[in-house]
Amino acid sequence: MDGSMMTTVTAGPPVVTLEGVGKRYANGTLAVQGVELAIGQGDFVSLLGPSGCGKSTVLRMIAGLMAPTTGRIDMAAGGQATGDIGFVFQEPTLMPWSNALKNVMLPLRLAGVNRGEAADRAAAALAEVGLKGFEKSYPRALSGGMKMRVSIARALVTRPRLLLMDEPFAALDEITRHKLNNDLLTLWQAERFTAIFVTHSVFESVYLSRRIVVMAARPGRVVEDIEVNEPYPRGEVFRTSAEYAAHCREVSQALHAAMGEHA
Amino acid sequence: MNAIDPPTTARVELSASEAADAPVEIRERTILGLTPESWARILMPLLIGVLALGAWEWAVRANEVPSYILPGPLEIGRTLIRDWHSLQISLWITLQITFAALFVAAALGLALAVLFAQSRIIEMSLFPYAVILQVTPIVAIAPLIIIWVDDVRIALLICAWIVAFFPILSNTTLGLNSADHNLTDLFRLYRASRWQVLMRLRLPTAMPYFLGGLKISGGLALIGAIVAEFVAGTGGRASGLAYRILEAGFQLQIPRMFAALVLISVTGIAIFLAMTLVSHMALRHWHESAMKERR
Repeated sequence: MDGSMMTTVTAGPPVVTLEGVGKRYANGTLAVQGVELAIGQGDFVSLLGPSGCGKSTVLRMIAGLMAPTTGRIDMAAGGQATGDIGFVFQEPTLMPWSNALKNVMLPLRLAGVNRGEAADRAAAALAEVGLKGFEKSYPRALSGGMKMRVSIARALVTRPRLLLMDEPFAALDEITRHKLNNDLLTLWQAERFTAIFVTHSVFESVYLSRRIVVMAARPGRVVEDIEVNEPYPRGEVFRTSAEYAAHCREVSQALHAAMGEHA
Repeated sequence: MNAIDPPTTARVELSASEAADAPVEIRERTILGLTPESWARILMPLLIGVLALGAWEWAVRANEVPSYILPGPLEIGRTLIRDWHSLQISLWITLQITFAALFVAAALGLALAVLFAQSRIIEMSLFPYAVILQVTPIVAIAPLIIIWVDDVRIALLICAWIVAFFPILSNTTLGLNSADHNLTDLFRLYRASRWQVLMRLRLPTAMPYFLGGLKISGGLALIGAIVAEFVAGTGGRASGLAYRILEAGFQLQIPRMFAALVLISVTGIAIFLAMTLVSHMALRHWHESAMKERR
């Protein structure tokens, strides 16, 4: 794909639809209530909100790691297949006893792909995230940013249609975070997966997404749905532009309103 | 990335700062393959040992202590060499029982822990009995076992096994239940089978715990074997080091008693070192306990 051309992304038909989704934990806490959300094919959507707004809970329900207590979640045809959803946790969540290559091979091996093919595909995925030459490195020998790259490679190795990310860069320093944000956008544009990105950072959500779903807490619910119709690829130019600042202000106000304050 | 132009090619590359942040093993100056600290760790206790033995030898000679009360280290060493033939047979028997017990303890402890990990009900029902077995003093039940089991060797093996298997069972059970929550979710996301979760997640997680248990059990197996031999008190050819000590005591051959004791201690130390080495080899790539210092 030609990266020099600035493109405006439009979302396709929904890959996942949430209807009246709610989640009450066993201890009685109402984590999420009445979430209506349709995520379009190829979109980059951020779930933004303060801690306790249930954004991670929504993500885990979409992943199928948790069942909603009310409402329903529908996947587009094919979305039920193993490996069609990739998940990146807040921590790198690597197996410390395996090297980078074996960590990335895991989803393929679990799906029964033979060792040789899995190794080839995992090596390719590592190269895609910029880690060529680190196949044999154990997680202990990698920096925080590199571990996150391995984690992203593992999520992408099955070529998922939907990539779910739960504050993946929250623990990284700012320079590394910016770099990984750029790299994530590059991968997203090249591979055309649908991305749902949970974050509590206004700036990160505006920089990355085409659509921002603002959530509020107690109980967790969707309060605002904002589009950031700026073309991709976005780079340092966008980060310092007036449009970027305007979007940040808009989203920030929505977030403060959601938290019951006045900006 | 250039601050003026948007990126023209979609390429993902590792930034230099990220690569530079990767932890690096600190390389220390070595002398004959060991760092100065390792040498100190070996030489300092050795020095203390030599000094203590020297003091012992001197005290025995200066006070003219008869050897049936307290022999000096030199005489113990001479006895060890003189009686090596008969002692070595006993050492071999004790070693056989110890390692057979350790092997059975490791295999059965691991198998039982895996069984426990599969079902809470099984764990809840059986674990208390493992605890009862562990807290019952082996000297108290060894006579019973020796009466019930015809073959003395098997009886000794059972006694040593009872002492040795609990640390492996309890450690491995703990390890199997210690898998990282996010990794467990990841396996669930990819719809891993129970078998895959066991082989690829729970057993590797339990590995350091199992090896820790093995390290404790190695010493315990030896103690169990010795205690059981004391209780059994078997005479004749097929008797272990404990019986050599009893026998030497009856005959007032105190230097020989000490020689047997030295062999037991050295065996215990050797087992501990062997288990430490096994643990280090298995974990050196990934576990904190086997890591060199990093920055």
